[in-house]
Amino acid sequence: MTDIKIRNVSKIFGGSWKAALAMTQQGADKGEILARTGCSVGLDNVSLDIPGGRIFVIMGLSGSGKSTLVRHINRLIEPTSGEILVDGSNVLDLKPKDLRDFRNRRVSMVFQNFGLMPHRTVLQNVVYGQRVRGLTKVDAKPIGMKWIETVGLAGYENKFPHQLSGGMKQRVGLARALAADTDVILMDEAFSALDPLIRADMQDQLLQLEKNLHKTIVFITHDLDEALRIGAQIAILKDGKLVQVGTPNEILNSPANDYVARFVQRRAGAGEPHHA
Amino acid sequence: MFPEAFHISIRGPINDFVQSLVVNYGFVFKAISQTLLQAILFVEWILRGLPWWAVFLVFLALAWAASKKVSLVVTVAVMLFVVGALGLWDLTMQTLALMLIASLISVAIGVPMGIWLAKSELMRRITLPVLDVMQTMPSFVYLIPAIMLFGLGKVPAVLATIIYAVPPLIRLTDLGIRQVDGEVVEAATAFGGSPTQILFGVELPLATPTIMAGLNQTIMMALSMVVVASMIGARGLGEQVLNGIQTLDVGKGLEAGLGIVILAIVLDRITQGFGQMSRKERGND
Repeated sequence: MTDIKIRNVSKIFGGSWKAALAMTQQGADKGEILARTGCSVGLDNVSLDIPGGRIFVIMGLSGSGKSTLVRHINRLIEPTSGEILVDGSNVLDLKPKDLRDFRNRRVSMVFQNFGLMPHRTVLQNVVYGQRVRGLTKVDAKPIGMKWIETVGLAGYENKFPHQLSGGMKQRVGLARALAADTDVILMDEAFSALDPLIRADMQDQLLQLEKNLHKTIVFITHDLDEALRIGAQIAILKDGKLVQVGTPNEILNSPANDYVARFVQRRAGAGEPHHA
Repeated sequence: MFPEAFHISIRGPINDFVQSLVVNYGFVFKAISQTLLQAILFVEWILRGLPWWAVFLVFLALAWAASKKVSLVVTVAVMLFVVGALGLWDLTMQTLALMLIASLISVAIGVPMGIWLAKSELMRRITLPVLDVMQTMPSFVYLIPAIMLFGLGKVPAVLATIIYAVPPLIRLTDLGIRQVDGEVVEAATAFGGSPTQILFGVELPLATPTIMAGLNQTIMMALSMVVVASMIGARGLGEQVLNGIQTLDVGKGLEAGLGIVILAIVLDRITQGFGQMSRKERGND
């Protein structure tokens, strides 16, 4: 089980990031920094402990920096400052080759729009991580087939992505992440493009996987219901700042500020029976 | 009148430069010229040496492989038959040899250049205006120095053809790679793919339809240079057209012109077929 520690990570997009970074340290807000330096603040001094073996949900509205944050864990985005420790070692120290190895063996990822390779079959997509590792087609096939069966796509292994429905495509994305056999799986709005029924189904499947495989899953969503349903812990981001971290109960019962309270309230309202 | 005082001329320096190239490095150009000439002669020797039905079979097989349509195969057969019936077979083979070599070199230059442009914003900014110049500069302007450096005949013809025909391939390779879905590339990166693995396993396969469109453009533009090339001593259909014009033999010129058109149609349909097929494999239509 792998734990992830994010330490004081800031990300500034734009040329004059030094000035912008200094302004964030003086507590200036996002709009002011954009107006004065032309830089946009992706993340503002975020620190987070993600324990191993559970589903950790990062929640926030679009533009809150959640996708940016999760891409720091496998360094698809480089932070402006701060460090990211996976099992105690700093990801930022990795050389290009070690970084590829780290991405290949330690962390896999599921994408919102699936990110499947349209010219490869389901099986070829699923075993991509293994093939990059240098496994032959023949050796990779049983691994791929196992995970294709696990996500319920047996019989579709030779189809191409464009022949599948959205829900099936995301199952392929999930199978690809699982077949890479990494301790950590990052899921960036993985279920947002799916319709509600399939979505609930996929959530169940994910909970099942958490129970059976003890993987560290970092799950991003903008949907509170989804967060409460699957998260062992939830972190809430707003404008690149961390607002609150806690278990679903803590978030529901003791919101840290108005922003979280408003989130929770709307849900409480929606949850009330329509006919008393 | 534009004031004399502002008059500048680059004529002298350029002339001196080309002159000194010819005098001091003539042997280098001669060596390049010889190698290229050998390659062209070899391809020509094969194409002209093959019996007509063997060339027919190759074209029909390519047409079938590109489209899986009987209609295209029949069309290609009829068109090639017309070329033969008009007595243009040998000339067409000479032109085809020139086209093949020019296209091959264009691919060898154009695809790697296109990849480079897609990867480097700086390179792109430098190269795109150069490509514009290559396409708009009247070809005789660089044909003359090409003759001075490489001598008369097929070699400068091929080089001039490449200069004119390679830009679309570079542009479309660049475009094709840039158009590859960013999330797919990100996914490949996230799973630890190296830049080489991503280029050959993801970007190039997904850019293939666009690159094929570029190759198609390149071949078409190369064919449009045939007559110009014949003016500096390349043989083939272009020479026949030129002959026809010079002797006011309109019929002869038209016959040869028809040969060029037919060659263009055949090559166009076959390369387009391959492009559409790779598009279908991606499932985009």
